[in-house]
Amino acid sequence: MGSSSQSVQAVDLSQLDAVFAKYADMANGSLIPVLQAAQDTYGYLPLKALETIARKLQIPISQIYGVVTFYAQFRLVPRGKHVIRSCQGTACHVRNSARILESLKSTLGVAPGGTTEDLKFTLETVACIGACSLAPVMMIDTDAHGRLRPDRIPKILDSYSN
Amino acid sequence: MSKNVTLTIDNQSVTVPAGVTIWGAARKLGINIPTLCHHFDVKPYSGCRVCVVEAVGARALVAACSYPVTDGLVVFTNSPKVREARRLVVELLLANHPHECLTCDRNQNCELQKLALDLGVKEIRFEKSKPTWVVDRTSPSLVRDPNKCVLCGRCVRFCADKQTCSVYTFANRGFSSIVTPAFGKGLGEVACTLCGQCSVICPVGAITVKDDTEKVMDAISDPEKIVIVQTAPSVRVALGELFGGAPGSIVTGKMVAGLKRAGFDRVLDTNFTADVTIMEEATEFLHRLGSGKDMPMITSCSPGWINFMEMFYPELVQHHSTCKSPQQIFGALAKTYYAEKEKIDPAKIVSVSIMPCTAKKFECTRPEMNASGYQDVDYVLTTRELGKLLKSCGVAFDQIKPENYDPIMGIGSGAGTIFGNTGGVMEAALRTAYEVVTKKTLPAIEFGAIRGLAGLREAEIDLEGTKIKVAIAHGLGNARKVMDTIKAGNPRGWHFIEVMACPGGCISGGGQPISSDINYRAKRMAGLYEDDRQLTLRKSHENPEVKALYDEYLKEPGGHLSHKLLHTTFHNPHMDLYTE
Repeated sequence: MGSSSQSVQAVDLSQLDAVFAKYADMANGSLIPVLQAAQDTYGYLPLKALETIARKLQIPISQIYGVVTFYAQFRLVPRGKHVIRSCQGTACHVRNSARILESLKSTLGVAPGGTTEDLKFTLETVACIGACSLAPVMMIDTDAHGRLRPDRIPKILDSYSN
Repeated sequence: MSKNVTLTIDNQSVTVPAGVTIWGAARKLGINIPTLCHHFDVKPYSGCRVCVVEAVGARALVAACSYPVTDGLVVFTNSPKVREARRLVVELLLANHPHECLTCDRNQNCELQKLALDLGVKEIRFEKSKPTWVVDRTSPSLVRDPNKCVLCGRCVRFCADKQTCSVYTFANRGFSSIVTPAFGKGLGEVACTLCGQCSVICPVGAITVKDDTEKVMDAISDPEKIVIVQTAPSVRVALGELFGGAPGSIVTGKMVAGLKRAGFDRVLDTNFTADVTIMEEATEFLHRLGSGKDMPMITSCSPGWINFMEMFYPELVQHHSTCKSPQQIFGALAKTYYAEKEKIDPAKIVSVSIMPCTAKKFECTRPEMNASGYQDVDYVLTTRELGKLLKSCGVAFDQIKPENYDPIMGIGSGAGTIFGNTGGVMEAALRTAYEVVTKKTLPAIEFGAIRGLAGLREAEIDLEGTKIKVAIAHGLGNARKVMDTIKAGNPRGWHFIEVMACPGGCISGGGQPISSDINYRAKRMAGLYEDDRQLTLRKSHENPEVKALYDEYLKEPGGHLSHKLLHTTFHNPHMDLYTE
């Protein structure tokens, strides 16, 4: 039962034209590259975009849904502008990463896997990011933030508010 | 190119054409390799691994359903290794399968149940590891229970390859894998034509027909109601299979008697309104042939096909005959003409139809199908539901003495009966059109050129100088080819086209008994042609009850009252090709 709860927001389908143009020469097998490019464009795969891809590539929408739900890389729900990965690895765990995650949850008002209503942040957990010396640690996009303290979380998030 | 190869299976030598699978070669030796995902109507898939065998030299056990034989191949189908692997596969399937056999629609007609029995699985050592899914009841015709699904993919393949509708897909992965319409939507929320073939090909109870038998029994037990039942042509050559009969055996009289024992007040024949359909459609065709407008004309009584056309080819609906299907013509006449003749208040009539079809359940609820001022047909039961109803009513089918249909709308011609076969509507129409056009008696009543099971058939029929080109398609994949040809400007020059949604036509409709006989379509088809041959009345326009209907009530085919009661319009229904 795939997640069909998508936020109702305008999707500019004309952005797909460039995607289709890029893969126009591929007779077959262009579905996955097209899906990847579409996801790069929108940050996720909006329903309307998938319908357009189905018509353009003449692949039944059901089969596209099958592909999208098979591969972990594809997302049917929008992600925030910034993706926060809160590390729950062993080193972070003993340095009380649970409290960091609690602070993130209460500051953002979402659970892990969730996205804030303003689509600014998506909160995820990660098993280890290999920066144990900085534990407890989190990544925001490509930035690592280490030696965290729960009370510093709001300030860090503020610096990403644009 | 038909090279033969010789191989050894279980120490027996067998020679088969190259390209045959191990499964096929074993059959020739009388060895039954069990299968689950394999089915003669779809391409091999090798998904379930139930059919694994030892092929000497192969790295691991191979799937017999898809492994092509080679010269000198040595196969063991019953070695300890094979037996253990097979039983393990079935045990794992059973671990995730609800143990609801006693109350399941497919009880005693379930391939998984049979496998467990045949392989002697006595205990299940594993615990359920799959999530629990919501049962999908959104479709007007079908119920989908993903908890019972064994992920064999038969429905996925049939819907995509034969029907070209691709309603189903495999989604997710691992334990979360599920066969589902796109976006996890309900079957009633996507572009499903309701043909119901998925419910026939499903090996278990994951896709079943929406059961309306209790509603019908409630109407029968209501003393205020007059319950009128009509039986479609193809039911009479299939119902017997549910009581142990052979495919194609004609059980019309027993069916009529059974319906009377079950308590239906009047038992009448859809063949009668099939004849009326011919009167209307032949008239309409000759009119269009004369004017050249909206040609070629497409005729069909298949509501799954109508759904398909409306969803996928809405720009071509004007090619379709406006004539309703025999079921709906019957419904409209039952609560008008019949009610008047029999002096029954139409408000008290409950009109039930016995159909080979799952899409009929939707057709009868279409808002335009109320020409009588009431819902013309109240309930549709499929052949499979009728079998259950008769059993629950204690009808001993083997003992019961055949009876005749009740008068008025109870006489059908041989032309009406062959409606159930692909090509039958066309043949019935031609029998009447020929005699109307030429004013002569048809020299050879059987049109052999348009019979058979080839997916798309064409013929040129000479109506004494007026040559008409006809085409017959069955299965929605073939229907799509026809529609694309019309879209391309009808280069084949067709005048008259018959389409049926289900491969084979109504004889193998989505509501018909589930058969393991690879030739079941041909056998039921032969049954209907035999039924026609046994009748002296074989042309729709010679049906005395049809003549009386026009003399006393409708006046003329295509007339004012006919248009009010017997014709309809097409539109793009609530279902959209893509989600909203």
